[in-house]
Amino acid sequence: MKNVYKTYPNGVGAIFNLNLSIDRGDFVFIIGGSGSGKSTLIKMLYREEKPSRGEIILGGVNVGKLRNSKVYKLRRLIGVVFQDYKLLPKLTVYENVAFALEVTGVDSKEIRKRVIDVLTKVGLKHKAKEYPDKLSGGEQQRVAIARAVVNRPKILICDEPTGNLDSKISMEIMDILEKINKDFGTTVLMVTHDIDIVKQMKKRVLLLKEGRLEKDYKKGSFVDEKL
Amino acid sequence: MKSCRTFVRSFRDAFRSVIRNFSLSLASITCIAITLIIIAAALLMSDNVKNFTDEIEKDVTVVAFLDSDVTNEKRDNFEMFLKKNSNVELFDYKSKADVKEDMQKENETFSSILAEWDDANNPLKDTYTIKVHDVKKIGNTAKDIEKQDGVNSVQYGEGLVEKLVGVFDAIEKITFCAAIALIIVTVFLIINTIKLTIFSRKREIGIMRLVGASNSRIKLPFVIEGIILGMIGSIIPILIVVLGYTTMYDYFGGILFSPVIKLITPMPFVVNTSIIILLIGMIVGMLGSSRAVRRYIKV
Repeated sequence: MKNVYKTYPNGVGAIFNLNLSIDRGDFVFIIGGSGSGKSTLIKMLYREEKPSRGEIILGGVNVGKLRNSKVYKLRRLIGVVFQDYKLLPKLTVYENVAFALEVTGVDSKEIRKRVIDVLTKVGLKHKAKEYPDKLSGGEQQRVAIARAVVNRPKILICDEPTGNLDSKISMEIMDILEKINKDFGTTVLMVTHDIDIVKQMKKRVLLLKEGRLEKDYKKGSFVDEKL
Repeated sequence: MKSCRTFVRSFRDAFRSVIRNFSLSLASITCIAITLIIIAAALLMSDNVKNFTDEIEKDVTVVAFLDSDVTNEKRDNFEMFLKKNSNVELFDYKSKADVKEDMQKENETFSSILAEWDDANNPLKDTYTIKVHDVKKIGNTAKDIEKQDGVNSVQYGEGLVEKLVGVFDAIEKITFCAAIALIIVTVFLIINTIKLTIFSRKREIGIMRLVGASNSRIKLPFVIEGIILGMIGSIIPILIVVLGYTTMYDYFGGILFSPVIKLITPMPFVVNTSIIILLIGMIVGMLGSSRAVRRYIKV
């Protein structure tokens, strides 16, 4: 990420001259108060927003230059997990996870195998036939994570994935994310405002303030920060 | 193989969506059904009006009476002229002897009187009954015929035919325009209903984009869904067309109010109309959903 700026059409600046490099296989937290630009940053990574200036290279793709009609190619390289899960309500757990593979044209046998694998990994194989509204928040988030990683993406982007969950369930989610990071070598970028989690995980931490990178804590060096 | 798989999955998704979004599907289907019934009625009416006016216009002919002393050469020339005239569809020649015979057949009193005439003193005239392509130009054609050498007089129901044609023309145009206007209005109505049902699924489309579905992969199931809704919505209108029209035809015995107004025989008319209804349903359903989805796919 080189000299990235983002100004919204209404003139509000969100990111100013951001330079950042994240290695493959890293686990990185992005923290900051409201309006610090962390959401904008992450939206630019999965190309929901375009940078106004500068260059973002993600897994070899120049995100800023990607045409709207080609965005799906980037989305297949990355997995995204949200605070509100974003599951398709009319599809079962199995179908929700399978959908991410179906759109890439994988054959049905392979889909079945991979979906069951990943649902086992997040501990929800027994709920494969349930609809999302029958699941608890933690379970829904686990389905969302399963969907995000079933493609074996190089990068997993998480936008406050524990925002709606209590601390015990949050730690379960963090365990799953760490397992994915270790087992698949997936790079994990996670936006959060839950400082307890950040302290416990002892990972690299990027602190954003008013659209600028305020501090870059090396792995394990983060102590405390008031947001 | 991959695109085939995408197609099959889109079909499955479309059917699944129709069933799982049943209340929304039902709203679209009802709207499509009601509007297609209106279109069907308009089509049945406009086709029948057109058929009725066409039938009447078909019966309009020009009769040319030749001079009593017309020579064979003049007759040949006259036939050549008729063949060359672009508005003449076909013509039928009757010698005065044939005319006499026809008249004798019609009435017994006539028959005995006419029997007294032999070929030499037969006062009747050789006639040509001429059918024209375009009834609107019948006046000019009749004038041209009258100018020909050997033609004594021409009759075609001057004045009355022109009036009739004018009235029919207006009726045809009005019913046709009404049918088209109805179709346009209903098409918009259906498109908007489908749009509304898809707008409520905006989030769903957003999620599809998020997990890496290409624009066409998002659009295809919606388009197929629109076609399915259109097809289901056209079932009742088609039943009404087939059963309703056939029953009405039988009830009135194929004529409406007077023997002059003949209804179109149900077969294959109802089948053709049903196909049109089905096609309108499918195309409109497809247009509605693809236009609605396009708003949410960033192109």
